[in-house]
Amino acid sequence: MSGQTGPVTPAPAPLAYDDEVIRKFVVATIFWGVVGFTVGVLIAFQLAFPALNLDLEWTSFGRLRPVHTSAVIFAFGGNILLATSLYVVQRTSRVSLFGGSATAHVIFWGYQIFIVMAALSYVLGYSQSKEYAEPEWFIDLWLTIVWVIYLVVFAGTILIRKEKHIYVANWFFLAFIVTIAMLHIINNLAVPVSMTGAKSYILWSGVQDAMTQWWYGHNAVGFFLTAGFLGIMYYFIPKQADRPVYSYRLSVVHFWSITFLYIWAGPHHLHYTALPDWTQTLGMTFSVMLWMPSWGGMINGFMTLSGAWDKLRTDPILRFLVTSVGFYGMSTFEGPLMSIKAVNALSHYTDWTIGHVHSGALGWNAFITFGALYYLVPRLWGRERLYSLRLVNTHFWIATMGIVLYISSMWVSGIMQGLMWRTYDQLGFLQYSFIETVEAMHPYYIIRGLGGVLFLLGSLIMVYNLIMTIKGRVRNEAPMGGQVTAPAAAAN
Amino acid sequence: MHKILEKNLILLIGAILVTVSIGGLVQIVPLYTMESTIEKVDGMRPYSPLELAGRNIYIREGCYLCHSQMIRPFRDEAERYGHYSLAAESMYDHPFQWGSKRTGPDLARVGGKYSNDWHVAHMVDPRSVVPESIMPGYSFMADRQLSYLNMDDHLYTLRQVGDPYSDDQIRSAVSDVGTQANGENGDVDAFLARYPKAAIGDFDGNPDKVTELDALIAYLQILGRMVDFTTYKPEMNRR
Repeated sequence: MSGQTGPVTPAPAPLAYDDEVIRKFVVATIFWGVVGFTVGVLIAFQLAFPALNLDLEWTSFGRLRPVHTSAVIFAFGGNILLATSLYVVQRTSRVSLFGGSATAHVIFWGYQIFIVMAALSYVLGYSQSKEYAEPEWFIDLWLTIVWVIYLVVFAGTILIRKEKHIYVANWFFLAFIVTIAMLHIINNLAVPVSMTGAKSYILWSGVQDAMTQWWYGHNAVGFFLTAGFLGIMYYFIPKQADRPVYSYRLSVVHFWSITFLYIWAGPHHLHYTALPDWTQTLGMTFSVMLWMPSWGGMINGFMTLSGAWDKLRTDPILRFLVTSVGFYGMSTFEGPLMSIKAVNALSHYTDWTIGHVHSGALGWNAFITFGALYYLVPRLWGRERLYSLRLVNTHFWIATMGIVLYISSMWVSGIMQGLMWRTYDQLGFLQYSFIETVEAMHPYYIIRGLGGVLFLLGSLIMVYNLIMTIKGRVRNEAPMGGQVTAPAAAAN
Repeated sequence: MHKILEKNLILLIGAILVTVSIGGLVQIVPLYTMESTIEKVDGMRPYSPLELAGRNIYIREGCYLCHSQMIRPFRDEAERYGHYSLAAESMYDHPFQWGSKRTGPDLARVGGKYSNDWHVAHMVDPRSVVPESIMPGYSFMADRQLSYLNMDDHLYTLRQVGDPYSDDQIRSAVSDVGTQANGENGDVDAFLARYPKAAIGDFDGNPDKVTELDALIAYLQILGRMVDFTTYKPEMNRR
């Protein structure tokens, strides 16, 4: 019946989504990702080989470390959040962006200017020295303006939606945008010394500043790197697996509990400090409770694959997405563990924290970003498929090996350093001088650096793969999963 | 109930805002209202202009990324670094510099532990005094003239955010830099009355100019030395 023709009702014209700006955000994500990973590798090796600081003011660890953290969190992570949120909100609302392409481009360029200003300011010696909130007051003001426009465009698009319900991914994106605005503004309230100079003094001081800073800092993790990225999970995993979200009820419960509980967890960064004990105890309690809604999200992500687990064999994009949820589960278990005061007494101030952060940042945030990028690029550029699925698979394994080297070396060095600091000899004296503990870190810093090199290498493979995809090339390769193997009985 | 929220954007945003506000309000607001948050101690004073300039260099260079300034109440930390840190000791710190990583040792009480000469050698070339050190060298600080002609504006701004600088201190801010970094010009007694316990002298061994290194060492040398622990009562710390 192939030649059958009949009265064909013309298909409704496909909605014209504003995808030009999404393509720009995607390119920016890839670019800043490579920049951020490269600086990360450099500063990792600076800790192993201090000569790499070059003894120049612009290249010292202290100035480059914020460049690394801002590049990976706010530039790489921020751009993929902007790309995916604006992509998802159009499709789940079935309208194009509120404010149109022009407004969206203001967000794009405004955000890139923020990133460049921030990075330049650190290198040139302007920093507030508040962790993850280093930009000075005028850059903060700039970001606030860009962020408000972003909120207007995102919320406006929901407001004019043609769907009755607001899709679950958009709840998470909304919580991310609204909460980051609140945290950013309050944590950065400062009085400039002069309106024409960069230097300012933060409104808060000492213990109150510490609490405000980690209320901000931990929830940059909680809402930027968690809520926002859960938004990515809730759209791209069901799409790539071609299965509905596992449980609607679970998504409601874990959305509200994560939104409520996360904000309380900040004081676990200040255990045993001069912060009053009652605040520390509250922070620890809520951090432990946070384990549950975190795993609620993980379960919802995993179980979405029910009945589609076989796709992991043949679909390396899905492999990235699902592995990221696994890392999310792992680091949201490790986090509550480390927030227990007795554990924190050992882990605080050591590389264990650095390893913990990277299991989340590399395993969860970067992996789900890679998955989303591999999903988005062929669709945004109108290509039938990626240039090569096998290269996605290569990227996956190289990056995974990089993460394993990174976090296991940091576990060893962190726990070892924590133990060395508190070791006493038989006569009751401290066994190790501080510098001996620094020396003991050396081999682990090299292993960590190598892990970073692998991760960077993987991302370069992705860059090549995506460029070829955009060019419209298709690699001639055997399909993933190989030939269908003969049943075991037959092989016998 | 959720059916209403997920169909109404304004309600959803409102509900999110309320939900995320509670934790912060409960944890942050009482820190301002409860008097026990900051211990009553003797000796705390705002930084002298030179110390403040040095602190701003410490902030500029991101020293807090490798050095904490917060000694925890553990036996090993007390033996390695000294008395555990009090909230009062950072009450004039905008922002706080407690740090979260000890790639290098804690600096909360580094003041007075090493000579100025040691600090100069260490900052210029850390491995000349500690061969295994992985700290970057900061030789450029020894050459660079400190920019301090607007230190009165800095003190004035800090007063706006709560530090108790007097009119007298703000007026003499610029000349106090010279007094502390030189010790010969200016009225040392009046300076010390304004800033008790301040270290005075030519910190970097170069009397020709006030360098960034002078300021940084002046800051390092006051760290942890302000509070008079002979009158401190640990019961104050039960909070």
